[in-house]
Amino acid sequence: MKRIPNGGRIDRSKPVNFSFEGKSYQGFQGDTIASALLANDVKLIGRSWKYHRPRGVVGDGAEEPNALFQVEQGALTIPNVRGTQAPIYDAMVVNSTNAWPSVNFDVMSIFGAFSRFLPAGFYYKTFMWPAKFWMAYEHIIRQASGLGESPRESDPDHYEKTNAHCDVLVAGAGPSGLMAALSAGRAGARVIIADEQEELGGRLLSSSELIDSKPATKWLEETLEELASLKNVTLIPRGTVFGYHDANFLTIAERLTDHLALAQRSGPRERLWRVRAKQVVLATGAHERPIVFGNNDRPGVMLASAASTYTNRYGVLLGDSAVVFTNNDSAYQTALDLKASGMSAVTLVDARASNENLIEPLKAVGVEVINQCAVVNVIGKARVIAAEIQNLSDDGKSIFGAKQRIDCDIVATSGGWNPAIHLYSQSGGKALWNDDKACFENGISVQDQVSVGAANASFSLVDCLTEGAQAGRSAAIAAGFNTKNTRIPGVSCSAGTDLTPLWRTPTEDPPGRGAKAFVDQQNDVGVSDIYLAAREGFESIEHVKRYTALGFGTDQGKMGNISGMAILSEALGNSISDTGTTTFRPNYTPVTFGAIAGPEIGENLSDPVRKTAMHTWHQENGALFEDVGQWKRPWYFPKLNEDIHQAVDRECLAVRNSVGIMDASTLGKIEITGKDSGDFLNMIYTNAWKKLGINTARYGFMLGEDGMVMDDGVTIRLDENRYFMHTTTGGAASVMSWMELWLQTEWPELEVYLTSVTDHWATAAVAGPNSRKVVDSVIDGIDFDKDAFPFMASREGLLAGLPVRVNRISFSGELCYEVNIQANHGCFMWEQLIAAGAKYDITPYGTEAMHVLRAEKGYVIVGQDTDGSVTPIDLGMGWAISKTKDFLGKRSLERSDTARKDRKQFVGLLTDDPKVVLQEGSQIVNNASDQIPLPMLGHVTSSYYSACVGRSIALALVKNGHQRMGDTVYVTTPDKGFVSAKISTTVFLDPQGEKQNA
Amino acid sequence: MNKYSIFSLARNAMSHHEKWQRAWRSPSPKKRYDAIIVGGGGHGLATAYYMAKEHGMRNIAVLEKGWIGGGNTGRNTTIVRSNYLWDEAAQLYEKSMKLWEGLSQDLNYNVMFSQRGVYNLGHTLQDMRDIQRRVNANRLNGVDGEVVDAAELQKRIPHLNCSPDSRYPVLGASFQARGGTARHDAVAWGFARAADNLGVDIIQNCEVIGFRRENGEIQGVETSQGYIESPKVGVVTAGSSSVLANMAGLRLPLESHPLQAFVSEPIKPILDTVVMSNAVHGYISQSDKGDLVIGAGIDSYNGYGQRGSFTTIEHTMTAIMELFPIFSRVRMNRQWGGIVDTCPDACPIISKTDIKGLYFNCGWGTGGFKATPGSGWVFAHTVANDNPHELNAAFALDRFISGALIDEHGAAGVAH
Amino acid sequence: MLLIECPYCGVRDESEFTYSGEAHIVRPLEPSALSDKEWADYLFYRSNPKGLHREMWYHSAGCRRYFNAVRDTVTYKFKCVYKIGDSQPNLDELSSSAKHPADVEAK
Repeated sequence: MKRIPNGGRIDRSKPVNFSFEGKSYQGFQGDTIASALLANDVKLIGRSWKYHRPRGVVGDGAEEPNALFQVEQGALTIPNVRGTQAPIYDAMVVNSTNAWPSVNFDVMSIFGAFSRFLPAGFYYKTFMWPAKFWMAYEHIIRQASGLGESPRESDPDHYEKTNAHCDVLVAGAGPSGLMAALSAGRAGARVIIADEQEELGGRLLSSSELIDSKPATKWLEETLEELASLKNVTLIPRGTVFGYHDANFLTIAERLTDHLALAQRSGPRERLWRVRAKQVVLATGAHERPIVFGNNDRPGVMLASAASTYTNRYGVLLGDSAVVFTNNDSAYQTALDLKASGMSAVTLVDARASNENLIEPLKAVGVEVINQCAVVNVIGKARVIAAEIQNLSDDGKSIFGAKQRIDCDIVATSGGWNPAIHLYSQSGGKALWNDDKACFENGISVQDQVSVGAANASFSLVDCLTEGAQAGRSAAIAAGFNTKNTRIPGVSCSAGTDLTPLWRTPTEDPPGRGAKAFVDQQNDVGVSDIYLAAREGFESIEHVKRYTALGFGTDQGKMGNISGMAILSEALGNSISDTGTTTFRPNYTPVTFGAIAGPEIGENLSDPVRKTAMHTWHQENGALFEDVGQWKRPWYFPKLNEDIHQAVDRECLAVRNSVGIMDASTLGKIEITGKDSGDFLNMIYTNAWKKLGINTARYGFMLGEDGMVMDDGVTIRLDENRYFMHTTTGGAASVMSWMELWLQTEWPELEVYLTSVTDHWATAAVAGPNSRKVVDSVIDGIDFDKDAFPFMASREGLLAGLPVRVNRISFSGELCYEVNIQANHGCFMWEQLIAAGAKYDITPYGTEAMHVLRAEKGYVIVGQDTDGSVTPIDLGMGWAISKTKDFLGKRSLERSDTARKDRKQFVGLLTDDPKVVLQEGSQIVNNASDQIPLPMLGHVTSSYYSACVGRSIALALVKNGHQRMGDTVYVTTPDKGFVSAKISTTVFLDPQGEKQNA
Repeated sequence: MNKYSIFSLARNAMSHHEKWQRAWRSPSPKKRYDAIIVGGGGHGLATAYYMAKEHGMRNIAVLEKGWIGGGNTGRNTTIVRSNYLWDEAAQLYEKSMKLWEGLSQDLNYNVMFSQRGVYNLGHTLQDMRDIQRRVNANRLNGVDGEVVDAAELQKRIPHLNCSPDSRYPVLGASFQARGGTARHDAVAWGFARAADNLGVDIIQNCEVIGFRRENGEIQGVETSQGYIESPKVGVVTAGSSSVLANMAGLRLPLESHPLQAFVSEPIKPILDTVVMSNAVHGYISQSDKGDLVIGAGIDSYNGYGQRGSFTTIEHTMTAIMELFPIFSRVRMNRQWGGIVDTCPDACPIISKTDIKGLYFNCGWGTGGFKATPGSGWVFAHTVANDNPHELNAAFALDRFISGALIDEHGAAGVAH
Repeated sequence: MLLIECPYCGVRDESEFTYSGEAHIVRPLEPSALSDKEWADYLFYRSNPKGLHREMWYHSAGCRRYFNAVRDTVTYKFKCVYKIGDSQPNLDELSSSAKHPADVEAK
């Protein structure tokens, strides 16, 4: 093991065993996959996406492009786990991605040899001949792409969501975030502070600085203790603030179990926080960026800050010798850290001229400093063996002199810092280029938000602490709290961040010749690719991104994007601010699908299931169910060995010949009261309502303002100013909102009140010649005589002492009584009716039989026989349209196209062969032998075998159908043929309505 | 123009790719063009290409306020299909499909049109009736399609959850084998390069800020790069159509809404077709790069912000988890939004206007990408001849007055 | 994620509301007197502005009242909400009083 004997955040008393690529390794509690592998001197950890070049760990956090692993196997496997942030646990199974058969011997590395033929966008220029081969080419390309593997089993874990409101949300728990939380928390504000790392502390976790004369980690410990003691402060470690939406709505993905050994896990795997914050403090820090040079992707080349982190936080001895290459002051600390870790030789190469103040401390510990030079190339393939350096011109634009080779195990590089302005950008803010600091920073806040510390391009520790404290206080005050200043702790020394921009080491040859130099390692985007894009006219940064794939990886370009923009500017001869940055989109880092879906999956799908009061009875009696809107409705009730046809035939015959019973509870029911109810209904329905008698029912059509049928149903006048409306099952909610809309916005002067009572009533439709006897035997207080209680009348009575309303309305064309009772007595009522009907063999029937029965009578089902393009006139129901009054949709019926006489119209269809049942959805033509495209007359909307009629029947919409009775047409069949049929009336049974009036 | 081929690629590799020419020029606007297309998205570039290629118009320009392909062209989920219900829509989209089938060769640019097939799932008996109706109509319109039952579907897409226990079980699907996906950016770039090669000026960073008209005829456009004269102006600015119409003193039957989409991290190939469900509201495919590409439903409110609400994303995610529970541990990498113009009948407007010489192509709602070549082809005809082609005659503005709507959502319930 | 102030209930999350389109589209008193073109204008044509928009919202999972709002369709920020029947706010005044910070030149 390559470890420093002591120090850091790892617990050396707690070894952790894990496997990588089938081989066992040991790390310590507190290690990430990346640190543990480095501690085991495993430098080659993956293969690149396009060229399959060997790759190593580059960063120490969210910016990592290479260290992506497949963790665990089977149902628990997770693809593309970022090893720089994932902790190890006992018996963890880790594999590399994108290498076969193994990371050390990868067959696909052959692509590397052909890399010169695979520049950015090469696929747009080839694979075009022969045209039909693209699918084969694509298959090969697909096999080669992608990173990790998706699980192939359902996820055994579950996920939860929580909604939270707070006064101050702090994103990031580094020094500035902690200070913000502390000062807002002390003021009494409700604070949520979340950080993506395993531990709160940010850069303090790997810092060798002193705060209040104590090690930074000691100050951190005390601060966390105080925050934990404040009841108004919620600390969320392992919680990534990944989305910043409108009105200060932010989302946090909290990982709850992934850090635990499999056996220790319980409860939800992740929790999605949906937070509304009054004030937001973004303390998200900054990402270091590398300087780009030849073969800068070799395992062992890493960011300077990452080298410090592995050394200080994880106690990893990164090797025996190192080259640190920088254009700024911050990497000087890295050189000190590496030397202090026990390396024998550390060389710092600074692109800038020498600065005695900086150099002095390094010299004192034996670090060699070389100025005005640059690393031009790295020697070694599977790991760094040496760095080559050359002199750099004063303007930084050329190199000269002889190459000097420095043997080393790692090359640590720093090209400066990019503030993590992702959340700021998501909030709607515009990033601005800061020439002095050579970085994009946040502009003006567009929501109640402030950025602090490194996220605000204030990189020094003292600035972080100060800005954090101020922001926390201001946020608390803005949220309505009084507070004093928070004392800013003293900081020993604060390393400077002075910088002279250097984005890439200049090369003697133009980009595209010589060693590959990578800008985006995950997507294998090199300097030459950016130059190629610029050469081909892709000048917008967005074009270059899309053409080269720069920044499209799982790291979202956190490491390479800004360098890529700078290099594009160089290629175009523009300034960086002219080139501009791209907009950052959520997510800050990738978030598990399961966490975003949350618990609302499967049976809990966000759409609730609605069941009637009789549902259990239906289940117990073998019903199969149909989804209608949100409702589960009995579809049919098969008896032993019956198929759907046999069951439906039996149910239909029972209704026609004796008595059947159907659960009609799901129909929408709305009570309409108030003195203007009649006037209101006159506008809502196409027909007239004011003269309807009390306790009498009427059928009505509701149209949209476009004149098309929207809903239909029977409405009963219960009293002078009280109506009871039925809607379709699926339309109930929208009809309610529709009527409210008109009442509240257009006719507020009408005194009308609407109450949805769908769930208040359970309804049983008792239909058939024997229905009168059944209802009469269980319901008291109603005279069921055919004249005393005629068709389309409504009566109140008692069933076992319970009030019921009985409506003599019919959707089957049979003598029928719909019995309504308070919903919680629904099942009792149902059982009473079943018992009373036993002697007539009362037969429960479902929606399928209902469909057949109504089709036999030519009754329309809105949504099946209509489709949003059908008027009542098209349906042959012009009689339901009032000529004298206005109503919603009336004007549209007079438009030139809508008033045409030859529109598609609702007709019956009888196949010439009565046994042939047409397929619903079949298309209808005049002449089957015409050439394709074949002009279509319309389609079959409903089709059944009718046991009662003794043949097949169908309903259809046919062009000019009302004028074509008796004509022969041809209807498509599933075997791509046609079958002949004749257009008929829609009524196939009892045209005089004798049965329902019986 | 460099011809692209495996040979030119090899030849250029030998010269370190230093000899590739620009894919398109970057000209300054001329004072006058014979026609101007406003909007450098796929539809606008395709329009210019076909005007040059099919109608011999060479003195034309495409004006783009930002960078070409930067609007919905680069923000959609790249699905291509033509299995629409109504004759007018099916024939328009089928024209487009036929153009797609030879597009890479025609443009000499690989747009990666991948005919991996598109499934539209049905979850209720009514969905299945609608699917039958649509597939039968497609058959008679010469559009390929078949109805697949749940058992067959399970065989073809093993990871799709066809369990009867789910909230809205999958009962079957329509399948169009010729449907699939294409590389959206490449479509814009391919059309741009080919149009440029025929002499079309593609002018980026050139925002139209006004129209000049006299006696009811268009004279030219005011732009951020100055006034440009032209007797014909075709506007193809999805998302901003009403804004442009307003500049010309016109109103349109449109509303602009955010439409969101998201992708997963890249994973190894696991889904080799396109699956769409209107009922539970989500659609999914896997890009050649390995990302799962997922489209959400439209956000309800008017919006020009290229972003929508998180609840819409959550809702779509529950739908995807319902259909593909195996993706639960995969992670969402990035989400974004576009702006779509929605029309009352979910069909586009490709039309002359009350101003002579001014034409609008808009209202594609969520379904514009698949129509790109066909839309350009018929709009080129409309602008060049001051008269619609028979394929787009039904998509004129007067349908909103006569009532002759082509109601695709009312009928088939399938958008996108 | 919008945050919407219902004039009857106060500030609530967007998920409680249903968007109901452009506000102040008055149903013609005598539809039969209108030409097809005038009727189409009422039925389908919308102003659809980029910027301030008078629109209607329905507190469907709350008090079930419709109300009006002025919202910026670019920033999505609400400028005001008002009850049905209240007079229409002046958009010019609203737009000059509170310009979106992103539109102001940056620091």
